[in-house]
Amino acid sequence: MSNEVEETMKRIQSHKGVVGTIVVNSEGIPIKTTLDNTTTVQYAGLISSLADKARSVVRDLDPSNDLTFLRIRSKKHEIMVAPDKEFILIVVQNPTD
Amino acid sequence: MDITYTYQKKRSEFGRQCLFSDRGPDLIDNYPSNKKLAKEFILRDPVHRGTLCAPIQAEHYLNTMRAEYTSSSMNHVEGGWPKDVNTADEEQTKRYRRKIEKDEGFNHTMMQLFKSMENCIQQNNAINIYQQYFSDVEPTPLVERSSARTVNVYQDQSTPTRPVNWISWSPDNQSKLAITHCNLKFQSAIPKETAVSYIWEVENPNRPLLTLKPEHPCVCLEYNQKDPHSLVSGQRNGQVAVWDIRKGYEPVEQSLIENSFRDPVHSVLWIHSKSGAEFFSASTDGQVKWWDIRKLSEPTDTLLLDYAKDEDQAIGNALGASCLEYESTIPTRFMTGTEEGIVISCNRKGKTAMEKMAARFNAHMGPVLALQRNPAFVKNFLTIGDWSAKIWTEDCRESSIIWTGFHRAMLTDGAWSPTRLSVFFTTRTDGILDVWDVLQQQKQACLSVKVCDEKLRRIRTHDMGRLVAVGNQKGTTYLVEFSENLATSNKNDKVLLTAMFERESRREKILEARNREIRLKQKSKQPQQNEPIDDEQIQENLPALSDQVFSDNMVKQAEADFYGVFEKEKKAAEPPAAEEEVATLESASTATVTDQETVTEPVSKPEPAKPEGKGKKKKAP
Repeated sequence: MSNEVEETMKRIQSHKGVVGTIVVNSEGIPIKTTLDNTTTVQYAGLISSLADKARSVVRDLDPSNDLTFLRIRSKKHEIMVAPDKEFILIVVQNPTD
Repeated sequence: MDITYTYQKKRSEFGRQCLFSDRGPDLIDNYPSNKKLAKEFILRDPVHRGTLCAPIQAEHYLNTMRAEYTSSSMNHVEGGWPKDVNTADEEQTKRYRRKIEKDEGFNHTMMQLFKSMENCIQQNNAINIYQQYFSDVEPTPLVERSSARTVNVYQDQSTPTRPVNWISWSPDNQSKLAITHCNLKFQSAIPKETAVSYIWEVENPNRPLLTLKPEHPCVCLEYNQKDPHSLVSGQRNGQVAVWDIRKGYEPVEQSLIENSFRDPVHSVLWIHSKSGAEFFSASTDGQVKWWDIRKLSEPTDTLLLDYAKDEDQAIGNALGASCLEYESTIPTRFMTGTEEGIVISCNRKGKTAMEKMAARFNAHMGPVLALQRNPAFVKNFLTIGDWSAKIWTEDCRESSIIWTGFHRAMLTDGAWSPTRLSVFFTTRTDGILDVWDVLQQQKQACLSVKVCDEKLRRIRTHDMGRLVAVGNQKGTTYLVEFSENLATSNKNDKVLLTAMFERESRREKILEARNREIRLKQKSKQPQQNEPIDDEQIQENLPALSDQVFSDNMVKQAEADFYGVFEKEKKAAEPPAAEEEVATLESASTATVTDQETVTEPVSKPEPAKPEGKGKKKKAP
């Protein structure tokens, strides 16, 4: 089972322009990462709090609604966040290559 | 634990003991009353005593509690780990991670998340939503309709209201407006009329920032472009005054009345000098005076606008200056417009008055009300007078190169746009503000804005180009904002305008040369017939001349009609005996009548050739 996850992660990493993939748990602890330690910790902490905030915004606007995906477009790259109850998947991609 | 300490002192150390006892009174001295002194007593009358009516106030000082600030820092560490996991120990964190990975939910959720994530990645790789398609194409300027709107209104705060006479923008971002109010009607002393002028903040039209209270009303008031606190003004009684707005509402200094002007000071302008302390002023008494604010008792220099030799100059013959023009890029030169309609271009470097007043232009039939050089083409200047606005070049003395038609209402002021070179504004007595763009159309204004019903008197443009301030007869100043297209120059404007000015001045020069030729020809013929019959001779020449000049049949027709009417009138008015004189009289009066005609019928000008051959050039092909 765990092999499957590893393989998928590898596949995602092999996509064009993908810089890094991080899996964070609900506490903000990085479980799996393809980036170096400091960057990972930074991403994990900041993005998990942002995702929480974004979710609360969506829920506040309409209680029956929920956040499913968060894409942050920046000058250098795009940060894609797929949130879930327990885990958050973060992928950093440089789409302009 | 109690701490005790015993103090001890001997009785002898306290000094001598007091012994008190009862005793009867002793009379030491006695002063009996003196009746004589009582007679010398005088009641004080009147009595002076100071009292204070105002409520008594006390002065207190208080120091509020000071808020104390401290800087402290905080150390952020990786958080979120359970308590029993030591983050420093790599082995423990790894084990914790592995534990979570083995969790059942992990694989399941991850696979779901990966699916949607992969979808997004592929989307990103498939299309670039921010791709610029036509990045190498220059954006074309938006086609915008010319428009204007009134942004703010500043009213004269005193009653009766007085006309706006001068407007000056402050140099610091042009956030303030100095507006003078002054009634210049000849010998009209209106009771209760105040002498105050105002400085307004552009943003606040409700209440003036400062009210200037001079003894005599200010006619003109000008900000020093180097110092936003310093102003100079010309008063109605001929004095000039220096203001410092930090020092309050009264002038800091005024010129001595014996060294000042004899008429109201119609214009003051700062000179571009190193000290920033020099300015010059002009009045309708015919004098132009230069001043230094550090020594205001007397002018540093005076020029009398009289075309005579220095020793023959008299103030009675001088031309009254109605406006001044100064361009800081050519600091020794300046121009004055006079009440006689003449514009004089002066050079301060000249030794005699004649040399100083180098060039003159017969600009208008009435006073020259406004005079301004184009900000980009300093050789070309705009004059406003009578019913028209004219653009001149310094090279052509005899005629302007571009002129507007005669308006139904008189023009009062005008100014070039500081940012769009081909645009100028004119104000009219019927309350209309005209915007002319010589590159777009010359026949009529490209935008006419009815600002108010009163006579407009003064216009000043903001340096950014979109705002103008116009003042009217009732003492109200309007801030008008124009659309962007009237404030920005296009890429080709400068080139086109250069070409236009050059073409027009070349045309004028050719006509000027031709006129000179005709005049020379006439002069050479004159000596042969020394009698004043030259009028007849001109009459003879007229058909020939007009054949050359007026090839248009319509003009000929109009001319014939005009003369026909004229003859009829003459015959009706004159007794038949005086027939011999008719010819001479006629031609003499044609000159005067044609003058009048240009006044009354400005639009269509069936003007016959004047004997001096002056009016011809306008009809030339």
